[in-house]
Amino acid sequence: MSEAMLKIENLHARVEDAEILRGLDLEVNAGEVHAIMGPNGSGKSTLAHILAGRGEYEVTDGSVTYKGQDLLTLEPEERAHAGVFLAFQYPVEIPGVNNVYLLKAALNAKRKAQGLEEVDAVDFLSDVKQKMKLMGMDDSFLNRSVNQGFSGGEKKRNEVFQMMVLEPELCIMDETDSGLDIDALKVVARGVNEMRGPDRAIVLVTHYQRLLDHIQPDHVHVLAGGRVLKSGDKSLALELEEKGYDWVRQEEASTA
Amino acid sequence: MTAADDTTARLIERFAGERPGDSVGWIAAARRTAAEQAAQAGLPTTRLEDWKYTSIKPIAKRDFARSDARQATAAADAIEALRIPGLDAHRLVFVNGHFAAALSDRTGAGDRVRVRNLAGVFAEDAAALRDRFTAIAPSDFSGFTALNTAFCDDGAFIELAAETRAERPIELLFVSTRQDEPVAAHPRVIVTAGHHAEATVIEHYVGLDDAQNLTNAVTEVSLDPGARMTHYRIQRESRKGFHVGSVHVRQADDSRYESHNVQIGGQLARTDINTGLDAEGAETLFNGLYLANGRQHVDTHTRINHNKPYTRSEEAYRGILDGHARGVFNGRVYVAPHAQKIEAYQSNDNLLLSGKAEIDTKPELEIYADDVVCSHGATVGQLDANALFYLRSRGVDPDTARGLLLYAFAEAAIDRMTLPALREWLQGFVIEELPHGERVREFV
Repeated sequence: MSEAMLKIENLHARVEDAEILRGLDLEVNAGEVHAIMGPNGSGKSTLAHILAGRGEYEVTDGSVTYKGQDLLTLEPEERAHAGVFLAFQYPVEIPGVNNVYLLKAALNAKRKAQGLEEVDAVDFLSDVKQKMKLMGMDDSFLNRSVNQGFSGGEKKRNEVFQMMVLEPELCIMDETDSGLDIDALKVVARGVNEMRGPDRAIVLVTHYQRLLDHIQPDHVHVLAGGRVLKSGDKSLALELEEKGYDWVRQEEASTA
Repeated sequence: MTAADDTTARLIERFAGERPGDSVGWIAAARRTAAEQAAQAGLPTTRLEDWKYTSIKPIAKRDFARSDARQATAAADAIEALRIPGLDAHRLVFVNGHFAAALSDRTGAGDRVRVRNLAGVFAEDAAALRDRFTAIAPSDFSGFTALNTAFCDDGAFIELAAETRAERPIELLFVSTRQDEPVAAHPRVIVTAGHHAEATVIEHYVGLDDAQNLTNAVTEVSLDPGARMTHYRIQRESRKGFHVGSVHVRQADDSRYESHNVQIGGQLARTDINTGLDAEGAETLFNGLYLANGRQHVDTHTRINHNKPYTRSEEAYRGILDGHARGVFNGRVYVAPHAQKIEAYQSNDNLLLSGKAEIDTKPELEIYADDVVCSHGATVGQLDANALFYLRSRGVDPDTARGLLLYAFAEAAIDRMTLPALREWLQGFVIEELPHGERVREFV
């Protein structure tokens, strides 16, 4: 591998007066699945939002390079066009805006940025239907407004469905497993596994190990105090589950 | 008679003249009394609590002539262009307050659903109005209401026989056209619905060619037991025009009154919607949407009177204000002593898109019973940053994302409307009114 798809170096970020990331380093290669775990307040959701371009966070130091370019200078929509996707922990309801039309416009905006023609309407619809089916969403979703009246589980499935349609290169999933029952979790995992491929990287931000029973990560990182404290393979997730986050905090204290 | 203020005295003088129904003693008397009430009360001032935030000075400083029936014409194609696409309705067209028979279409309305223009009824069948005209709208409600009673030239009289459902909606189109000098129209709408009768009535006010007229409308509705009425009131006066309107409803047991009040036009617009839930099981929905920009001023006052136990009301108003626009929302809910077990829910949500836009919002709950469920809430804010980020993270540019969220905000009100053709038309209409609306179109 010549160069990492995503390279984060010494990232420091704050929101208002609180410093949340304090020198975070991370490298993600195409074809890999990374799990980022950590206790509440460790900065893992902040990291996900900063990668997608959320304006409320101020990056005070460090760099993020995505496919060779400085990601931090891009607007959120430019990042989306460049292939970055964030699956939200709390997807937003948008009454009156059709779920599928939004996806079509999003896909066409991305294609336009890449110098491609608009997607063929018939091809698009058949692609959408096939992916809806995979995510266990019935045809009524075609006519529904974005997330409006969706249950918590439906919203999460919709996030993964959007990801499948937009086919991003870098998928960041912010606690997609939270609030899901085991059946919904399996559907979400099926969608994510479907997305795995040599040209794509997936970053799973999660508090719990259980998602990783269904999506096998190549790398696991433990975040605490705004830094990557420990990295390893999937056995690290199991160790965490067993020993709890206090174990990490103690290690952090002893190394500080 | 001596008037409370010069403006009212001048208006009374200018509006005076012959009118249909003058030869009928009780109608002439009602008009005379109303003219006296108007003179005594004068036009409302900001010293009145109900008019605190709305100064009618822009109306007072203009001189409005009585609208001439002979000039009450409009090009047929201009009227045709105002048609709501796909809406199959009985349609009565009024130009500057006068009925335009040639532009109207009453086919299909028969004895069970009678739709007549008021001037015709005044002249030929005044007895039918005996317990109807001024029965529900008190002429002393405001100086404007009194002026309407005294000087209304025309309007609509809709009678729904018991156990009758009007299959087609009834559209009343009030067009305001530009004249040599600004004119005032005082349309009066009277609706009576018999036992278990059902109808949809659309009052649609449109100003053409920057007309600077005043529309001063009054609507009276009485619903017998079990009757159901869906009432759309769409106000699209010209940006130079003035609109004052009040709706007065009395509801018998188990009746349902649904009001969808959309205000988009006018430089100064004031709407009052009042209902009396006068018997058990009566219920109402007040749904409203107002969009204003530039220097528009839009004021809505609503009153829901829970006069009897087991009555229910739900009220939701939404507004988007841009530029220097000013909005006023005052929602009064009154619960009479002994009106136990009622439910009343009210909300008013506003988006302010500019630092200069302003909203005065006030819930007014007056509750004299102790076993009731009442809630109210008002919000004033900007677009949700999280929602904006969500759309941008999907690749949508910021202007389009803002347009989509504004549309979504308005859609919550449109979504409560049940007439598909009207809803669709309004969606398109709202999109046109919003900044970056053209980009929103492909998403809905």
